[in-house]
Amino acid sequence: MKWLESLRNFNKPHLCKIEKIINETPTIRTLIFSDQIMSNSLPGQFAMVWIPGINELPMSVMVSTKQNKAAFTVRKQGFSSTSLYNAKLGQYIGIRGPYGNNFNIKSGKLLLVGGGTGLVPLMRLLKFVNSSHDITLIIGASTKTEVCFEDLANLLLKNNTHHVITTTIDGTYGHKGLVTDVMSDLLHETTFNGVYTCGPELMMLNVVKMALSKHIFVQASIERIMKCGVGICGSCSMNDNLVCKDGTVFNGLYLLENDEFGCTYRNKSGSIENYTSKV
Amino acid sequence: MIKNIRLLIIFINCFIFKMKPDISTHIGPIFIDNPTILASGILGISIQVFDRIYSSGAGAVVTKSISVMPSDGYNGPSLFSVGGDGWLNAIGLSNPGVDNFSKILNQNTKIPIIVSLVGSHSVDFITMVKKLHNSKILAYELNLSCPHVEKVGLDVGDDPELVYDIVKKIKSVTNTPIIAKIGLGSINYLDTIHAACDGGINAITAINTLRAMSIDIDAMRPILGNKIGGLSGRPIKTIAIRCVYEISSRYDIPIIGCGGISDWSDAVEFILAGASAVQIGSIINNKWMKIFSDINLGLINYMTKKNFTNIGEMVGISTKF
Repeated sequence: MKWLESLRNFNKPHLCKIEKIINETPTIRTLIFSDQIMSNSLPGQFAMVWIPGINELPMSVMVSTKQNKAAFTVRKQGFSSTSLYNAKLGQYIGIRGPYGNNFNIKSGKLLLVGGGTGLVPLMRLLKFVNSSHDITLIIGASTKTEVCFEDLANLLLKNNTHHVITTTIDGTYGHKGLVTDVMSDLLHETTFNGVYTCGPELMMLNVVKMALSKHIFVQASIERIMKCGVGICGSCSMNDNLVCKDGTVFNGLYLLENDEFGCTYRNKSGSIENYTSKV
Repeated sequence: MIKNIRLLIIFINCFIFKMKPDISTHIGPIFIDNPTILASGILGISIQVFDRIYSSGAGAVVTKSISVMPSDGYNGPSLFSVGGDGWLNAIGLSNPGVDNFSKILNQNTKIPIIVSLVGSHSVDFITMVKKLHNSKILAYELNLSCPHVEKVGLDVGDDPELVYDIVKKIKSVTNTPIIAKIGLGSINYLDTIHAACDGGINAITAINTLRAMSIDIDAMRPILGNKIGGLSGRPIKTIAIRCVYEISSRYDIPIIGCGGISDWSDAVEFILAGASAVQIGSIINNKWMKIFSDINLGLINYMTKKNFTNIGEMVGISTKF
């Protein structure tokens, strides 16, 4: 029924059944469902996910290794994300989208840097690389039990020259320290044709600065509070940009000129708050 | 300075080269370079976004409705499409509150900003007007018509005595023009307009979204987090046209038309019904910020074809029929 899917009003929640749940870490789960439109979404795009009776959340679309399937990866944090995390097998969630732009994938040697659920758009990016790409992926986590997607990345990159490097802040797995420590070492040894990052904003700020200091093309997928997802409500305003409509992916050069990137974000009321006070 | 340059260009076009009709417009005491205004509730909390919209061709922008205290709004879904360029929303009047917003407004140097205010009684409105006293503001728009938040919006608009009291008291503390945004509630909306006019209102914006609801038949529950919300976009245009026509026929009050305007021909229709300007909202999702310049260009072409030299000549022409 491909033609029926194409007629769907993608701006209205469409109910999908959760078919499989993967426990990625003690705080992160991936919920897999069948949906042709979402399975074709591009890396960096997101969907608005309705948890009936609870709330609607913007979620980056996660890759699935199976055809016509897509997924959302959620970390239990607030009430709404914890409700999605606790969703049961067979439960329905509503999905509208996909929305937003996507990463511009350069050819050659690419560096991907992600932390936590920020790895989700980078995992989807791996689905769009071709066999000539040489990929280095740095996975960041706080501790060993929070490391995720290492096996999946190796599986998705089995036909590529690739390196998957993990870092943990406490040093219980992989390199001890931050993803940017590893990135700094890598940039001393070699160069890349493109850098792609998603994760905590202060991490992305450093990744962008480091890549640009070496004159490497860099893009980041930005997260902001989103209520409509379609450029109407203004909740995701970042300077003169609407992250839902102009992003979520922005070029690093552009981001460094945006004085809100890495500094401030808007809360649910639209008031501006500092990232530094949050960390 | 920038405004003067814009006016000069219009002057040169109109009187020297006789190339383009003049699309600047007066809404009572309010003058704007062109009749397209960003509607309240849309993209309205960032001065940089306002600047982008103004640079894209809007004659003015209306802010999100500002309240005395900050508000987070409702849980989602807050907005979704009902098809046919129609949208159902219940954002819940989320806004940073007047104190935070006055800091945002203090950054304004050149943008014609109309500040939308929402409150329950005259004290709320007067508190906010006093706090915004030093801000660069073109006008205030009183939200008397949000259809999905209790004790404000339509709950106020449905009480003509309260409307009269609010308008009269705001007029006593500010010289900034005041617009009342009205909607269709449980009383005859013309009674609200009558009360606002008696209180000394400078203009009317008609109409707000219409109270509406949608149920997902698979989930078997209302979709909006707040269950009930407001319908906007193309499906409400003919209702809004009817209202503008009725107000224009009965009252000598400037009108800003709002509701489902999706292209220049819709804007012309509202102007012929009696609107001196139009507000653009839902269609921004579809046509993004170029909608303002698109409408202005279409208006100029229409006026050239019909031999109109300024907007004023067109306002309310259809009401003689």
